[in-house]
Formats: sequence, C-alpha cells, structure tokens
Amino acid sequence: MAEQTQAKKYAKPLPHLDEESRPWWEALQRHELYIQKCRECGDTRYYPRALCTNCMSANTEWVKCSGRGKVYTFTATYQNQTPGFRESLPYIMAYVELDEGVKMLTNLVDCAPEQVKIDMPVEVVYEDVTPEVTLAKFRPAR
Amino acid sequence: MAESVRGALDDAGLTIKDVNGLCTTGIGMSGMGIVGFCDYLNLTPNFVDSTSIGGSSFVAHTAHAAAAIHAGLCDVCVVVYGSTAASSRFAIGTGGAVGMMSGDPCDQYEQPFGPTTVGAYAMIAQRHMHDYGTTSEQLAEVAVTMRLHASMNPVAKYREPITVQDVLASRIISSPLHLLDCCIISDGGGALVITSAERARDLKKKPVYILGAGETVRHAARGKRDFLEIAAAQSGQLAFERAGVAHKDIDMAMIYDSFTITVLATLENLGFCKRGEGGAFVSGGRLRYDGDFPINTDGGGLSSNHPGMRGIFLVIEAAKQLRGECGPRQVKDCKIALAHGTGGALGTRHSGATLILSNQ
Repeated sequence: MAEQTQAKKYAKPLPHLDEESRPWWEALQRHELYIQKCRECGDTRYYPRALCTNCMSANTEWVKCSGRGKVYTFTATYQNQTPGFRESLPYIMAYVELDEGVKMLTNLVDCAPEQVKIDMPVEVVYEDVTPEVTLAKFRPAR
Repeated sequence: MAESVRGALDDAGLTIKDVNGLCTTGIGMSGMGIVGFCDYLNLTPNFVDSTSIGGSSFVAHTAHAAAAIHAGLCDVCVVVYGSTAASSRFAIGTGGAVGMMSGDPCDQYEQPFGPTTVGAYAMIAQRHMHDYGTTSEQLAEVAVTMRLHASMNPVAKYREPITVQDVLASRIISSPLHLLDCCIISDGGGALVITSAERARDLKKKPVYILGAGETVRHAARGKRDFLEIAAAQSGQLAFERAGVAHKDIDMAMIYDSFTITVLATLENLGFCKRGEGGAFVSGGRLRYDGDFPINTDGGGLSSNHPGMRGIFLVIEAAKQLRGECGPRQVKDCKIALAHGTGGALGTRHSGATLILSNQ
C-alpha cells in the first residue's frame, strides 16, 4: 500500500522498459550498475544497445561497474515547468564519467549546487522511485 | 507561413505558380506537416523535404533545395517556417517538448533526470569555463552585442540596450546560464526562394549564390563524447571545402544563438578561433556590425526573434546583408557570408548545418 502511494505520487518521466533495456533496468532494481562490452572488438558502450556500434556484433557482455566516477560537467536547474521537476528545484543534472570510461547523464544528490566541482569524485546511489524502476544517481564519494 | 511565402515570392518577382519544390518543418506541425501545408497552399510540388533536425533544419533545407535544383528535381523551391511559439506559450527551453518521453531509445536514459534545453547547453558552458577559464562576463558580451543589433532592427522584439551587468544580474535559469544568456521566445515566420543561377539572373532582385554547405550531427557517442567538439566542426569544414573559400574571406556570419555559449562553441568549432579561445574572441566588440567579425546583425535569437526554431532567419539576414539591404546595421563591403544553424541541444544531441553565401 505504501509502495502504491509512492508510485502514484512520482510525477517525473519513467523509462519504457523494452527488450534492449530491460536487463539494465532490472540490474538497477537489484542495485547493480552495468555497462556493455562487445565480446568481438572489446568496445564498451552506454546506453545499452542490441549491437556494438563499432563492429555491429550482437555478442555482448554486461560489465558490472564499480559505481565510482567523477563529475565531467553539471548544471543546477532553477527553472523547469515539467511536473515532478518543478517541485524539486533546484536540482543538479550532471554527466558522470564512470571509472569504466563512459559518461552517464544523471542527477547529483546529497550535495548543494555550490559544492559541486568538475572532476569531483562521486559514487552511485540507487533511488527506488517506483516498485519497478530504480534510478542510478550519484553523490560525493565518501 | 503563407504570408512569408507570398513575401519571399514578391521579393523575387515570382508567383506561387512558379513554385514546384517545398521544404518546411515546424514545432507545432505533425510528422506529415509538410503535406498539410501543401494542402493549405494547394501545392503539388515535384520535390518536398521535411528534414527535421531542430533549428538548423532550414539551413539544411536551403542546401537540399539547391542540390535538388542542381539534380533537376525542381526549378523553384520555397523554404518556409513559421510559428506562434510566444502566443501559444511554448516552454521551449525549460520544459514542454524536451521534458517528454518520446519513443527514441536514448530518452529513457535521460528524461528521468530532468534535462531541459537550457540545462543541456549550460553543461557545455560549465565544462568550457572549467577547461579554459571562460567567464560569465565573456558570455554576456554576446548577449549585449545581440541587443545592440536588435536596437537597430525595427522588427526585433527586444530593443532596449543592455549591459554585461544586466546579464549577470538576471536570474540563473540553469547554472551558469542566466536568463539573458538564453534566447527569447517570439512568434515569427520567414521564407526563402531558391532557384538556379540561370533562372535567378533576370528576376526582380539581385540573387545571392550558395557557394557551399555542410551538415552533420553530434550525440553522446555511446558515452564517450568530447562535449566541446560540436557538429559545426564537421559541417563547417565541409562547407568551406565545398565553397572553396577561407575563413578570412567571410565578411559576416549568422551564428545560431540559442544561448550565449552556443555562439562561443560554434565560432571555435567553425575554426574562427582556436578551441578555448572563444571567450577572448567574442570580447571587445569584435562581433558588432562595425567590428572585426560581425555576427547576427538582426539581433539574433537572443534579442530579435526565436519562434521555436530560427534557422530560416539566419539565411534571410545573411542574404539581406549580401544585398546591402540592412540600413544602419549594414556590414561594409559584405561579399561573402556564412550561416550556421544548430538544432537540438549541444549537451545531449544536436545537428549542425553550415551555408556559405556570396553576392558574386
């Protein structure tokens, strides 16, 4: 019941899970973060795709991430009329460069906008926003 | 839109009966909007192009129309755009269209985190400041210059001069970008008539020639993008190679100014200055109509008009400058102009389209 109330209240956009993306989102539900690696050419990629963009191979390995990275760039948003976000201003959006070498668009949490610096070490936090969906956000590394 | 088409045809000395090609797209249009617009104007053209790559679309359309004419697909092609973005109260930069989950594969990995158009550009500005020491004052100079130009353009929406301090004192929309670092939202429309050089020779107005063009896209590159390298680097190089002109030959440029950082990043990527030097380059009045490198003499999207997408106005003002029709804001001896459109968001994915035009 508590979960249903939470799901009803969550107003921000939610992902459409599909065949390509489901394994990634299901891993997040387990509080695990993965990127993909091509078993043929070794190229890593984010976001998840059915094929390697370098060699078009579908032979894909899921690589578990350390959950650590650094801030590549960020912005604190003070104006967004979209329901869900307009109630949570300001919020911090960032590209985090994972130790595994890919940049992810995400939110920084547990810190004020003025505390954020580019190259700042961060670590993943898993936010269970609905019973089905967990988001990978990041906070200053502890 | 229909009135823009009539205006452009009148300017060229042609009629709607001469038109057998049409390029358009729009923010309020459906995916098949071009067919609906043909319905409205009762057109049955031999060539249609509704390439929809954001604000740069109309710069790309102009090149596509030229290629279509060269290939014999049509003879007279109209490129047109119009919208009532302001009257309809579209929240273009800070919600609305960008805040919605489409069917695009990338969206589910981005939309949950609240990207806005302003936010995506702001992240480019933040990284540029970090890497190169670019300042908010330098970005503000772009906005101040655009407002100066708008003050000389009777149809510009915001014409009261502003200062660097005004920009810095305006509220932060998405750090480090202030309200006055962002383009305005206006209504507006415009149209261009493209035809062959032979056909243009005996028309009412002296023609402007398309020397070269280029277009491409940039995106997150599977998570490995260098975000300060933008589409303009590739589209600009293609346009310069195809036009056979050098950077020093460009007398004025129309640079899509969705945000002040867009101008800075575009000038660097087009090669008018080195990467990291954009801040210094835009300072000291260089971009003024009477400066060393005049841009956006109509006042740009920052002050003149930005009805959701602005590419059409880049080409229109460049053509007016090349014809010497710009009155007090006319650039002296303007023979070769460049127009570069950016569509989408530099910080997520975007398109770039470059045109090089001449009056000779």
